[in-house]
Amino acid sequence: MLTLTHFLVLAGILFAISVLGIFLNRKNLIVLLMAIELMLLAVNYNFIAFSHYLSDSAGQIFVFFILTVAAAESAIGLAILVVLFRNLNSINVEDLGSLKG
Amino acid sequence: MNWADLNLMPALPEMFLLGALLVILMLDLFISDAKRVITYSLSLVTLAVCAFLQINTFEPFASYTFSGMFIDDPMSDIVKVAMYGVTATVLVYTRQYATDRGLFKGEYFTLSLFALLGMNFMVSASNFVSLYLGLELLSLSLYSLIALQRDSARATESAMKYFVLGALASGLLLYGMSMLYGATGSLDLALIAKSIASGSANQTLLVFGLVFIVAGLAFKLGAVPFHMWVPDVYHGAPTALTLMIGAAPKLAAFVFVVRILVQGLGGMVADWQGMLAIIAVLSMAIGNITAIAQTNLKRMLAYSTISHMGFLLLGLIAGTPEGYSAAMFYAIVYVLTTLVGFGILLGLSRAGFECETLDDLKGLNSRNSWYALLMLLALFSMAGIPPLAGFYAKFAVIQAIVNVNLVWLAVVAVLMSLIGAFYYLRAVKAMYFDDVQDNSPISMAGDMKLVLSINAIALLVLGVMPERLVAMCVQAMKLSLTTL
Repeated sequence: MLTLTHFLVLAGILFAISVLGIFLNRKNLIVLLMAIELMLLAVNYNFIAFSHYLSDSAGQIFVFFILTVAAAESAIGLAILVVLFRNLNSINVEDLGSLKG
Repeated sequence: MNWADLNLMPALPEMFLLGALLVILMLDLFISDAKRVITYSLSLVTLAVCAFLQINTFEPFASYTFSGMFIDDPMSDIVKVAMYGVTATVLVYTRQYATDRGLFKGEYFTLSLFALLGMNFMVSASNFVSLYLGLELLSLSLYSLIALQRDSARATESAMKYFVLGALASGLLLYGMSMLYGATGSLDLALIAKSIASGSANQTLLVFGLVFIVAGLAFKLGAVPFHMWVPDVYHGAPTALTLMIGAAPKLAAFVFVVRILVQGLGGMVADWQGMLAIIAVLSMAIGNITAIAQTNLKRMLAYSTISHMGFLLLGLIAGTPEGYSAAMFYAIVYVLTTLVGFGILLGLSRAGFECETLDDLKGLNSRNSWYALLMLLALFSMAGIPPLAGFYAKFAVIQAIVNVNLVWLAVVAVLMSLIGAFYYLRAVKAMYFDDVQDNSPISMAGDMKLVLSINAIALLVLGVMPERLVAMCVQAMKLSLTTL
Protein backbone atom coordinates (compact mmCIF):
# COMPACT_ATOMS: atom_id res chain seq x y z
CA MET A 1 0.00 0.00 0.00
CA LEU A 2 1.39 3.41 -0.96
CA THR A 3 1.20 6.02 1.78
CA LEU A 4 1.88 9.75 1.83
CA THR A 5 5.40 9.08 3.12
CA HIS A 6 6.32 7.16 -0.04
CA PHE A 7 5.37 10.13 -2.20
CA LEU A 8 7.18 12.60 0.04
CA VAL A 9 10.34 10.50 -0.01
CA LEU A 10 10.21 10.24 -3.79
CA ALA A 11 9.76 14.01 -4.09
CA GLY A 12 12.58 14.53 -1.62
CA ILE A 13 14.90 12.29 -3.64
CA LEU A 14 14.01 14.12 -6.88
CA PHE A 15 14.60 17.45 -5.17
CA ALA A 16 17.98 16.33 -3.82
CA ILE A 17 19.03 15.07 -7.26
CA SER A 18 18.16 18.41 -8.81
CA VAL A 19 20.03 20.45 -6.16
CA LEU A 20 23.06 18.21 -6.59
CA GLY A 21 22.69 18.61 -10.34
CA ILE A 22 22.92 22.38 -9.99
CA PHE A 23 25.92 22.39 -7.68
CA LEU A 24 27.97 19.45 -8.93
CA ASN A 25 27.46 19.97 -12.64
CA ARG A 26 30.57 21.63 -14.10
CA LYS A 27 30.01 20.73 -17.72
CA ASN A 28 26.89 21.73 -19.57
CA LEU A 29 24.47 24.58 -18.95
CA ILE A 30 21.60 22.65 -20.53
CA VAL A 31 21.93 20.01 -17.82
CA LEU A 32 21.60 22.86 -15.33
CA LEU A 33 18.33 23.97 -16.92
CA MET A 34 17.11 20.39 -16.76
CA ALA A 35 17.97 20.24 -13.07
CA ILE A 36 15.91 23.39 -12.47
CA GLU A 37 12.93 21.81 -14.24
CA LEU A 38 13.32 18.66 -12.20
CA MET A 39 13.32 20.73 -9.04
CA LEU A 40 9.98 22.32 -9.90
CA LEU A 41 8.54 18.92 -10.80
CA ALA A 42 9.63 17.52 -7.42
CA VAL A 43 7.73 20.37 -5.78
CA ASN A 44 4.68 19.60 -7.92
CA TYR A 45 4.85 16.00 -6.78
CA ASN A 46 4.77 17.18 -3.19
CA PHE A 47 1.79 19.44 -3.79
CA ILE A 48 -0.21 16.75 -5.54
CA ALA A 49 0.53 14.18 -2.84
CA PHE A 50 -0.52 16.56 -0.06
CA SER A 51 -3.52 17.74 -2.03
CA HIS A 52 -4.77 14.17 -2.46
CA TYR A 53 -4.03 13.30 1.14
CA LEU A 54 -5.81 16.42 2.48
CA SER A 55 -8.67 16.12 -0.07
CA ASP A 56 -8.14 19.79 -0.89
CA SER A 57 -7.90 20.87 -4.51
CA ALA A 58 -5.96 24.10 -3.89
CA GLY A 59 -2.64 22.25 -4.07
CA GLN A 60 -3.42 20.83 -7.50
CA ILE A 61 -4.42 24.26 -8.77
CA PHE A 62 -1.11 25.63 -7.54
CA VAL A 63 0.59 22.93 -9.62
CA PHE A 64 -0.97 24.33 -12.80
CA PHE A 65 0.46 27.74 -11.97
CA ILE A 66 3.88 26.29 -11.26
CA LEU A 67 3.87 24.39 -14.55
CA THR A 68 2.94 27.54 -16.46
CA VAL A 69 5.63 29.62 -14.78
CA ALA A 70 8.16 26.82 -15.33
CA ALA A 71 7.43 26.93 -19.06
CA ALA A 72 7.99 30.69 -19.14
CA GLU A 73 11.09 30.29 -17.04
CA SER A 74 12.68 27.70 -19.30
CA ALA A 75 11.86 29.85 -22.35
CA ILE A 76 13.76 32.76 -20.80
CA GLY A 77 16.56 30.45 -19.63
CA LEU A 78 17.05 29.05 -23.13
CA ALA A 79 16.92 32.56 -24.63
CA ILE A 80 19.69 33.70 -22.28
CA LEU A 81 21.59 30.52 -23.16
CA VAL A 82 21.41 31.33 -26.89
CA VAL A 83 22.64 34.89 -26.30
CA LEU A 84 25.43 33.58 -24.08
CA PHE A 85 26.49 31.06 -26.73
CA ARG A 86 26.73 33.84 -29.33
CA ASN A 87 29.06 35.79 -27.05
CA LEU A 88 31.21 32.99 -25.65
CA ASN A 89 30.89 30.26 -28.29
CA SER A 90 30.48 27.79 -25.45
CA ILE A 91 27.86 26.61 -23.02
CA ASN A 92 30.35 25.11 -20.63
CA VAL A 93 29.77 26.07 -17.00
CA GLU A 94 33.51 26.45 -16.46
CA ASP A 95 33.70 29.20 -19.06
CA LEU A 96 31.44 31.40 -16.95
CA GLY A 97 34.34 32.77 -14.93
CA SER A 98 34.96 36.31 -16.13
CA LEU A 99 33.34 37.86 -13.07
CA LYS A 100 35.60 37.28 -10.08
CA GLY A 101 36.77 39.16 -7.05
CA MET B 1 -20.34 33.70 -6.73
CA ASN B 2 -22.27 36.92 -6.47
CA TRP B 3 -21.04 39.61 -8.87
CA ALA B 4 -22.28 42.39 -6.61
CA ASP B 5 -19.63 41.33 -4.07
CA LEU B 6 -16.85 41.71 -6.60
CA ASN B 7 -14.90 44.72 -5.43
CA LEU B 8 -11.75 45.29 -7.41
CA MET B 9 -10.99 48.71 -5.95
CA PRO B 10 -8.09 47.53 -3.74
CA ALA B 11 -6.24 46.49 -6.90
CA LEU B 12 -7.10 49.64 -8.86
CA PRO B 13 -3.51 50.97 -9.19
CA GLU B 14 -2.29 47.55 -10.37
CA MET B 15 -5.04 47.28 -12.94
CA PHE B 16 -4.25 50.76 -14.21
CA LEU B 17 -0.56 49.85 -14.35
CA LEU B 18 -1.28 46.71 -16.38
CA GLY B 19 -3.58 48.56 -18.77
CA ALA B 20 -1.14 51.43 -19.30
CA LEU B 21 1.67 48.92 -19.70
CA LEU B 22 -0.15 47.13 -22.53
CA VAL B 23 -0.90 50.46 -24.22
CA ILE B 24 2.78 51.44 -24.00
CA LEU B 25 3.78 48.03 -25.35
CA MET B 26 1.54 48.50 -28.41
CA LEU B 27 2.29 52.20 -29.00
CA ASP B 28 6.01 51.60 -28.85
CA LEU B 29 5.80 49.42 -31.96
CA PHE B 30 4.89 52.49 -33.97
CA ILE B 31 7.54 54.78 -32.52
CA SER B 32 10.91 55.21 -34.22
CA ASP B 33 14.14 55.12 -32.22
CA ALA B 34 14.53 58.89 -32.48
CA LYS B 35 11.20 59.44 -30.75
CA ARG B 36 11.70 56.86 -28.02
CA VAL B 37 11.42 59.66 -25.52
CA ILE B 38 7.63 59.38 -25.97
CA THR B 39 7.71 55.88 -24.45
CA TYR B 40 9.89 57.23 -21.68
CA SER B 41 7.49 60.08 -20.89
CA LEU B 42 4.47 57.77 -21.01
CA SER B 43 6.15 55.44 -18.51
CA LEU B 44 6.79 58.32 -16.14
CA VAL B 45 3.19 59.54 -16.50
CA THR B 46 1.95 56.00 -15.79
CA LEU B 47 4.00 55.87 -12.60
CA ALA B 48 2.71 59.27 -11.50
CA VAL B 49 -0.92 58.24 -12.08
CA CYS B 50 -0.35 54.96 -10.21
CA ALA B 51 1.05 56.87 -7.23
CA PHE B 52 -1.90 59.25 -7.38
CA LEU B 53 -4.42 56.37 -7.42
CA GLN B 54 -2.58 54.60 -4.63
CA ILE B 55 -2.64 57.66 -2.38
CA ASN B 56 -6.25 58.43 -3.21
CA THR B 57 -7.53 54.95 -2.45
CA PHE B 58 -5.65 54.83 0.84
CA GLU B 59 -7.61 53.25 3.69
CA PRO B 60 -6.32 52.76 7.23
CA PHE B 61 -7.33 49.07 7.25
CA ALA B 62 -6.76 45.96 5.16
CA SER B 63 -9.13 45.18 2.31
CA TYR B 64 -9.13 42.05 0.19
CA THR B 65 -9.98 41.28 -3.40
CA PHE B 66 -9.62 38.38 -5.88
CA SER B 67 -11.10 35.95 -3.33
CA GLY B 68 -8.66 36.91 -0.62
CA MET B 69 -5.60 36.46 -2.83
CA PHE B 70 -4.81 40.16 -2.87
CA ILE B 71 -4.55 42.36 0.20
CA ASP B 72 -4.34 46.12 0.30
CA ASP B 73 -3.14 47.38 3.68
CA PRO B 74 -1.28 50.51 4.87
CA MET B 75 2.08 48.71 4.79
CA SER B 76 1.67 47.80 1.13
CA ASP B 77 0.38 51.28 0.28
CA ILE B 78 3.45 53.04 1.65
CA VAL B 79 5.87 50.61 0.05
CA LYS B 80 4.07 50.79 -3.30
CA VAL B 81 4.15 54.58 -3.39
CA ALA B 82 7.88 54.37 -2.57
CA MET B 83 8.35 51.84 -5.39
CA TYR B 84 6.61 54.06 -7.96
CA GLY B 85 8.89 56.92 -6.93
CA VAL B 86 12.00 54.75 -6.99
CA THR B 87 11.20 53.27 -10.41
CA ALA B 88 10.56 56.74 -11.87
CA THR B 89 13.86 57.97 -10.39
CA VAL B 90 15.69 54.99 -11.86
CA LEU B 91 14.24 55.76 -15.30
CA VAL B 92 15.36 59.41 -15.03
CA TYR B 93 18.87 58.45 -13.89
CA THR B 94 19.37 55.83 -16.56
CA ARG B 95 18.06 57.73 -19.60
CA GLN B 96 21.41 59.09 -20.78
CA TYR B 97 23.31 55.92 -19.88
CA ALA B 98 20.81 53.68 -21.67
CA THR B 99 20.76 55.91 -24.76
CA ASP B 100 24.56 55.80 -25.02
CA ARG B 101 24.56 52.00 -24.90
CA GLY B 102 21.64 51.27 -27.19
CA LEU B 103 19.45 50.08 -24.30
CA PHE B 104 16.94 52.90 -24.68
CA LYS B 105 14.32 50.72 -26.36
CA GLY B 106 10.70 49.88 -25.79
CA GLU B 107 11.57 46.62 -24.04
CA TYR B 108 13.52 48.50 -21.41
CA PHE B 109 10.40 50.36 -20.28
CA THR B 110 7.87 47.59 -20.64
CA LEU B 111 10.06 45.10 -18.77
CA SER B 112 10.75 47.65 -16.01
CA LEU B 113 7.03 48.23 -15.62
CA PHE B 114 6.32 44.49 -15.66
CA ALA B 115 8.92 44.09 -12.92
CA LEU B 116 7.12 46.81 -10.98
CA LEU B 117 3.79 45.03 -11.45
CA GLY B 118 5.39 41.85 -10.13
CA MET B 119 6.71 43.74 -7.10
CA ASN B 120 3.27 45.21 -6.47
CA PHE B 121 1.82 41.72 -6.39
CA MET B 122 4.57 40.47 -4.09
CA VAL B 123 3.82 43.31 -1.72
CA SER B 124 0.07 42.76 -1.81
CA ALA B 125 -0.16 38.98 -1.88
CA SER B 126 -1.85 37.10 0.92
CA ASN B 127 -1.74 33.63 -0.54
CA PHE B 128 1.18 31.42 -1.58
CA VAL B 129 -0.08 31.34 -5.17
CA SER B 130 -0.11 35.12 -5.55
CA LEU B 131 3.18 35.47 -3.65
CA TYR B 132 4.84 33.04 -6.04
CA LEU B 133 3.35 34.58 -9.18
CA GLY B 134 4.39 38.10 -8.14
CA LEU B 135 7.90 36.92 -7.34
CA GLU B 136 8.25 35.15 -10.68
CA LEU B 137 6.88 38.10 -12.66
CA LEU B 138 9.57 40.26 -11.03
CA SER B 139 12.36 37.70 -11.48
CA LEU B 140 11.60 36.82 -15.09
CA SER B 141 11.49 40.51 -16.03
CA LEU B 142 14.81 41.15 -14.29
CA TYR B 143 16.54 38.17 -15.97
CA SER B 144 15.57 39.47 -19.38
CA LEU B 145 16.41 43.08 -18.50
CA ILE B 146 19.97 42.11 -17.62
CA ALA B 147 20.36 40.17 -20.85
CA LEU B 148 19.04 43.16 -22.80
CA GLN B 149 22.60 44.23 -23.64
CA ARG B 150 22.95 41.10 -25.71
CA ASP B 151 26.32 41.78 -27.33
CA SER B 152 28.05 42.03 -23.97
CA ALA B 153 29.61 38.80 -22.72
CA ARG B 154 29.70 40.16 -19.18
CA ALA B 155 26.04 41.12 -19.08
CA THR B 156 24.83 37.80 -20.51
CA GLU B 157 27.05 35.85 -18.16
CA SER B 158 25.63 37.66 -15.16
CA ALA B 159 22.10 37.16 -16.52
CA MET B 160 22.77 33.41 -16.69
CA LYS B 161 24.12 33.32 -13.14
CA TYR B 162 21.20 35.34 -11.87
CA PHE B 163 18.79 33.08 -13.70
CA VAL B 164 20.19 29.81 -12.37
CA LEU B 165 20.49 30.97 -8.76
CA GLY B 166 17.16 32.81 -8.89
CA ALA B 167 15.43 29.68 -10.15
CA LEU B 168 17.13 27.64 -7.42
CA ALA B 169 15.84 30.12 -4.83
CA SER B 170 12.30 29.89 -6.20
CA GLY B 171 12.59 26.11 -6.08
CA LEU B 172 13.66 26.15 -2.42
CA LEU B 173 10.88 28.57 -1.56
CA LEU B 174 8.29 26.43 -3.34
CA TYR B 175 9.50 23.27 -1.65
CA GLY B 176 9.09 25.01 1.69
CA MET B 177 5.63 26.22 0.68
CA SER B 178 4.60 22.67 -0.25
CA MET B 179 5.67 21.46 3.20
CA LEU B 180 3.72 24.22 4.91
CA TYR B 181 0.73 23.37 2.76
CA GLY B 182 0.99 19.76 3.84
CA ALA B 183 1.30 20.74 7.50
CA THR B 184 -1.50 23.29 7.63
CA GLY B 185 -3.75 22.25 4.74
CA SER B 186 -4.01 25.75 3.35
CA LEU B 187 -2.24 28.15 0.98
CA ASP B 188 -3.72 31.27 2.55
CA LEU B 189 -1.42 33.14 4.93
CA ALA B 190 -4.18 34.00 7.42
CA LEU B 191 -5.41 30.40 7.56
CA ILE B 192 -1.85 29.13 7.90
CA ALA B 193 -1.28 31.50 10.81
CA LYS B 194 -4.52 30.29 12.40
CA SER B 195 -3.61 26.64 11.95
CA ILE B 196 -0.16 27.18 13.52
CA ALA B 197 -1.68 29.10 16.43
CA SER B 198 -4.16 26.32 17.14
CA GLY B 199 -1.32 23.79 17.32
CA SER B 200 -3.07 21.36 14.96
CA ALA B 201 -0.30 21.48 12.36
CA ASN B 202 2.36 18.78 12.12
CA GLN B 203 5.44 20.26 13.83
CA THR B 204 8.08 18.28 11.92
CA LEU B 205 6.67 19.30 8.55
CA LEU B 206 6.35 22.91 9.70
CA VAL B 207 9.98 23.22 10.81
CA PHE B 208 11.18 21.39 7.70
CA GLY B 209 9.20 23.76 5.50
CA LEU B 210 10.40 26.79 7.46
CA VAL B 211 14.06 25.93 6.82
CA PHE B 212 13.48 25.87 3.07
CA ILE B 213 11.42 29.05 3.17
CA VAL B 214 14.13 30.93 5.10
CA ALA B 215 16.80 29.67 2.69
CA GLY B 216 14.74 30.80 -0.31
CA LEU B 217 14.07 34.21 1.21
CA ALA B 218 17.75 34.67 2.11
CA PHE B 219 18.61 33.89 -1.53
CA LYS B 220 16.21 36.52 -2.76
CA LEU B 221 17.47 39.12 -0.28
CA GLY B 222 21.07 38.22 -1.09
CA ALA B 223 22.09 37.37 2.48
CA VAL B 224 25.04 35.13 3.41
CA PRO B 225 25.38 32.11 2.89
CA PHE B 226 23.16 32.53 -0.18
CA HIS B 227 24.84 35.69 -1.48
CA MET B 228 27.14 34.38 -4.25
CA TRP B 229 25.04 35.82 -7.04
CA VAL B 230 24.94 39.40 -5.72
CA PRO B 231 28.51 40.58 -6.51
CA ASP B 232 28.61 38.86 -9.91
CA VAL B 233 25.26 40.24 -11.00
CA TYR B 234 25.95 43.76 -9.71
CA HIS B 235 29.33 43.74 -11.43
CA GLY B 236 28.33 42.16 -14.72
CA ALA B 237 25.04 43.92 -15.40
CA PRO B 238 25.11 47.33 -17.08
CA THR B 239 25.11 49.94 -14.26
CA ALA B 240 21.59 51.09 -15.18
CA LEU B 241 20.26 47.60 -14.52
CA THR B 242 22.37 47.13 -11.42
CA LEU B 243 20.50 50.11 -10.05
CA MET B 244 17.20 48.60 -11.20
CA ILE B 245 17.94 45.34 -9.31
CA GLY B 246 19.39 47.05 -6.26
CA ALA B 247 16.62 49.56 -5.65
CA ALA B 248 12.89 48.80 -5.69
CA PRO B 249 13.17 44.95 -5.55
CA LYS B 250 14.80 45.26 -2.11
CA LEU B 251 11.70 47.03 -0.81
CA ALA B 252 9.46 44.38 -2.33
CA ALA B 253 11.64 41.59 -0.93
CA PHE B 254 11.39 43.13 2.54
CA VAL B 255 7.58 43.15 2.51
CA PHE B 256 7.63 39.66 0.99
CA VAL B 257 9.65 38.43 3.97
CA VAL B 258 7.32 40.20 6.42
CA ARG B 259 4.25 38.68 4.76
CA ILE B 260 5.58 35.13 4.93
CA LEU B 261 7.52 35.11 8.19
CA VAL B 262 5.52 37.55 10.28
CA GLN B 263 1.98 37.31 8.96
CA GLY B 264 2.02 33.67 7.90
CA LEU B 265 4.52 32.08 10.26
CA GLY B 266 4.31 34.56 13.14
CA GLY B 267 3.51 31.66 15.45
CA MET B 268 6.95 30.16 14.79
CA VAL B 269 8.87 33.32 15.63
CA ALA B 270 11.12 31.45 18.07
CA ASP B 271 12.14 29.04 15.29
CA TRP B 272 13.01 31.59 12.61
CA GLN B 273 14.60 34.12 14.94
CA GLY B 274 17.65 31.90 15.46
CA MET B 275 18.06 31.16 11.76
CA LEU B 276 17.77 34.83 10.82
CA ALA B 277 20.27 35.78 13.56
CA ILE B 278 22.93 33.50 12.02
CA ILE B 279 22.18 34.83 8.54
CA ALA B 280 22.29 38.45 9.73
CA VAL B 281 25.61 38.09 11.59
CA LEU B 282 27.24 36.28 8.65
CA SER B 283 25.90 38.85 6.18
CA MET B 284 27.20 41.80 8.16
CA ALA B 285 30.59 40.15 8.70
CA ILE B 286 31.27 38.71 5.25
CA GLY B 287 29.67 41.65 3.42
CA ASN B 288 31.73 44.29 5.21
CA ILE B 289 35.02 42.40 5.34
CA THR B 290 34.98 41.28 1.70
CA ALA B 291 34.01 44.77 0.54
CA ILE B 292 37.36 46.06 1.85
CA ALA B 293 39.20 43.93 -0.70
CA GLN B 294 37.25 45.30 -3.68
CA THR B 295 38.62 47.88 -6.08
CA ASN B 296 35.59 47.76 -8.34
CA LEU B 297 32.94 50.12 -6.99
CA LYS B 298 30.00 48.07 -8.27
CA ARG B 299 31.37 44.97 -6.53
CA MET B 300 32.06 47.00 -3.41
CA LEU B 301 28.50 48.29 -3.37
CA ALA B 302 27.28 44.72 -3.91
CA TYR B 303 29.07 43.54 -0.76
CA SER B 304 27.81 46.63 1.02
CA THR B 305 24.28 45.59 -0.03
CA ILE B 306 24.85 42.18 1.52
CA SER B 307 25.84 43.78 4.82
CA HIS B 308 22.85 46.15 4.67
CA MET B 309 20.55 43.16 4.24
CA GLY B 310 22.06 41.81 7.46
CA PHE B 311 21.12 45.04 9.25
CA LEU B 312 17.64 44.93 7.75
CA LEU B 313 17.17 41.42 9.15
CA LEU B 314 18.07 42.67 12.64
CA GLY B 315 14.77 44.53 12.75
CA LEU B 316 12.89 41.33 11.91
CA ILE B 317 14.85 39.30 14.45
CA ALA B 318 13.60 41.61 17.19
CA GLY B 319 10.15 40.17 16.45
CA THR B 320 8.36 43.26 17.78
CA PRO B 321 6.20 45.78 15.88
CA GLU B 322 8.86 48.34 16.77
CA GLY B 323 11.50 46.17 15.09
CA TYR B 324 9.40 45.61 11.96
CA SER B 325 8.81 49.32 11.51
CA ALA B 326 12.52 50.02 12.09
CA ALA B 327 13.32 47.48 9.36
CA MET B 328 10.81 49.13 7.03
CA PHE B 329 12.43 52.51 7.66
CA TYR B 330 15.82 50.91 7.03
CA ALA B 331 14.67 49.46 3.71
CA ILE B 332 13.35 52.81 2.48
CA VAL B 333 16.49 54.71 3.54
CA TYR B 334 18.73 52.04 2.05
CA VAL B 335 16.99 52.30 -1.32
CA LEU B 336 17.22 56.12 -1.33
CA THR B 337 20.94 55.89 -0.56
CA THR B 338 21.60 53.29 -3.26
CA LEU B 339 19.86 55.53 -5.78
CA VAL B 340 22.32 58.36 -5.07
CA GLY B 341 25.40 56.10 -5.09
CA PHE B 342 24.60 54.43 -8.39
CA GLY B 343 23.16 57.68 -9.77
CA ILE B 344 26.61 59.28 -9.46
CA LEU B 345 28.25 56.28 -11.14
CA LEU B 346 25.72 56.55 -13.98
CA GLY B 347 26.31 60.29 -14.28
CA LEU B 348 30.08 59.89 -14.45
CA SER B 349 29.84 57.20 -17.14
CA ARG B 350 29.63 58.30 -20.75
CA ALA B 351 29.53 56.65 -24.18
CA GLY B 352 32.40 54.18 -24.29
CA PHE B 353 33.41 54.66 -20.67
CA GLU B 354 32.10 52.93 -17.56
CA CYS B 355 32.75 54.59 -14.24
CA GLU B 356 33.16 51.59 -11.98
CA THR B 357 36.55 51.44 -10.27
CA LEU B 358 37.84 53.34 -7.29
CA ASP B 359 40.35 55.07 -9.58
CA ASP B 360 37.52 56.60 -11.59
CA LEU B 361 36.41 58.52 -8.50
CA LYS B 362 39.87 59.99 -7.82
CA GLY B 363 39.87 63.75 -7.59
CA LEU B 364 36.14 64.04 -8.23
CA ASN B 365 36.09 67.07 -5.94
CA SER B 366 38.33 69.07 -8.25
CA ARG B 367 36.39 67.96 -11.33
CA ASN B 368 33.01 68.82 -9.91
CA SER B 369 32.64 69.56 -6.23
CA TRP B 370 28.80 69.31 -6.22
CA TYR B 371 28.79 65.70 -7.43
CA ALA B 372 31.55 64.87 -4.98
CA LEU B 373 29.41 66.30 -2.19
CA LEU B 374 26.37 64.26 -3.28
CA MET B 375 28.45 61.08 -3.38
CA LEU B 376 29.87 61.98 0.02
CA LEU B 377 26.34 62.19 1.43
CA ALA B 378 25.49 58.77 -0.01
CA LEU B 379 28.67 57.12 1.29
CA PHE B 380 28.32 58.68 4.74
CA SER B 381 24.70 57.56 4.89
CA MET B 382 25.71 53.99 3.97
CA ALA B 383 28.41 54.07 6.63
CA GLY B 384 25.87 55.31 9.17
CA ILE B 385 27.50 58.59 10.09
CA PRO B 386 25.21 61.16 11.74
CA PRO B 387 23.36 63.34 10.84
CA LEU B 388 22.49 61.31 7.70
CA ALA B 389 19.48 59.06 7.35
CA GLY B 390 21.62 55.90 7.35
CA PHE B 391 22.67 56.64 10.92
CA TYR B 392 19.14 56.91 12.20
CA ALA B 393 18.12 53.74 10.31
CA LYS B 394 20.95 51.74 11.90
CA PHE B 395 20.21 53.29 15.27
CA ALA B 396 16.53 52.26 15.06
CA VAL B 397 17.19 48.59 14.23
CA ILE B 398 19.90 48.30 16.88
CA GLN B 399 17.61 49.90 19.45
CA ALA B 400 14.90 47.38 18.54
CA ILE B 401 17.16 44.39 19.22
CA VAL B 402 18.56 45.88 22.42
CA ASN B 403 14.99 46.23 23.64
CA VAL B 404 14.49 42.47 23.32
CA ASN B 405 17.74 41.81 25.21
CA LEU B 406 19.82 40.66 22.25
CA VAL B 407 22.75 42.85 23.29
CA TRP B 408 25.40 40.57 21.77
CA LEU B 409 23.78 41.00 18.37
CA ALA B 410 23.80 44.77 18.80
CA VAL B 411 27.51 44.70 19.68
CA VAL B 412 28.29 42.63 16.58
CA ALA B 413 26.26 45.04 14.44
CA VAL B 414 28.11 48.10 15.75
CA LEU B 415 31.52 46.46 15.28
CA MET B 416 30.63 45.47 11.74
CA SER B 417 29.43 48.93 10.80
CA LEU B 418 32.74 50.23 12.15
CA ILE B 419 34.62 47.89 9.79
CA GLY B 420 32.28 48.98 7.01
CA ALA B 421 33.11 52.64 7.57
CA PHE B 422 36.66 51.93 6.37
CA TYR B 423 35.83 51.24 2.75
CA TYR B 424 33.25 54.00 2.49
CA LEU B 425 35.80 56.47 3.83
CA ARG B 426 38.40 55.13 1.41
CA ALA B 427 36.13 56.14 -1.46
CA VAL B 428 35.66 59.57 0.16
CA LYS B 429 39.44 59.94 0.44
CA ALA B 430 39.82 59.07 -3.25
CA MET B 431 37.32 61.79 -4.16
CA TYR B 432 38.76 64.55 -2.00
CA PHE B 433 42.46 63.94 -1.50
CA ASP B 434 43.74 61.98 -4.52
CA ASP B 435 44.94 63.46 -7.80
CA VAL B 436 42.68 63.45 -10.80
CA GLN B 437 43.40 60.62 -13.25
CA ASP B 438 40.75 61.30 -15.84
CA ASN B 439 39.91 64.92 -16.43
CA SER B 440 37.22 64.61 -19.10
CA PRO B 441 34.22 66.89 -18.53
CA ILE B 442 31.16 65.49 -16.75
CA SER B 443 27.93 66.07 -18.62
CA MET B 444 24.81 65.22 -16.69
CA ALA B 445 21.36 66.00 -18.05
CA GLY B 446 19.58 68.84 -16.24
CA ASP B 447 16.61 66.77 -15.02
CA MET B 448 18.90 64.08 -13.67
CA LYS B 449 21.06 66.65 -11.88
CA LEU B 450 17.95 68.10 -10.23
CA VAL B 451 16.48 64.74 -9.15
CA LEU B 452 19.86 63.50 -7.93
CA SER B 453 20.37 66.62 -5.83
CA ILE B 454 16.89 66.35 -4.30
CA ASN B 455 17.49 62.65 -3.67
CA ALA B 456 20.78 63.28 -1.85
CA ILE B 457 19.43 66.19 0.15
CA ALA B 458 16.50 63.98 1.18
CA LEU B 459 19.07 61.74 2.90
CA LEU B 460 20.21 64.69 4.97
CA VAL B 461 16.67 65.89 5.71
CA LEU B 462 15.54 62.38 6.71
CA GLY B 463 18.56 62.09 8.96
CA VAL B 464 17.84 65.35 10.76
CA MET B 465 14.06 64.95 10.97
CA PRO B 466 13.19 61.26 10.62
CA GLU B 467 10.09 61.58 12.84
CA ARG B 468 7.46 61.80 10.10
CA LEU B 469 8.62 58.81 8.07
CA VAL B 470 9.23 56.80 11.25
CA ALA B 471 5.74 57.63 12.49
CA MET B 472 4.30 56.53 9.13
CA CYS B 473 6.20 53.23 9.27
CA VAL B 474 5.15 52.57 12.86
CA GLN B 475 1.52 53.39 12.10
CA ALA B 476 1.48 51.28 8.93
CA MET B 477 3.00 48.26 10.66
CA LYS B 478 0.60 48.58 13.57
CA LEU B 479 -2.45 48.77 11.31
CA SER B 480 -1.28 46.03 8.94
CA LEU B 481 -0.10 43.45 11.43
CA THR B 482 -3.12 43.62 13.70
CA THR B 483 -5.78 43.37 11.01
CA LEU B 484 -4.67 40.06 9.55
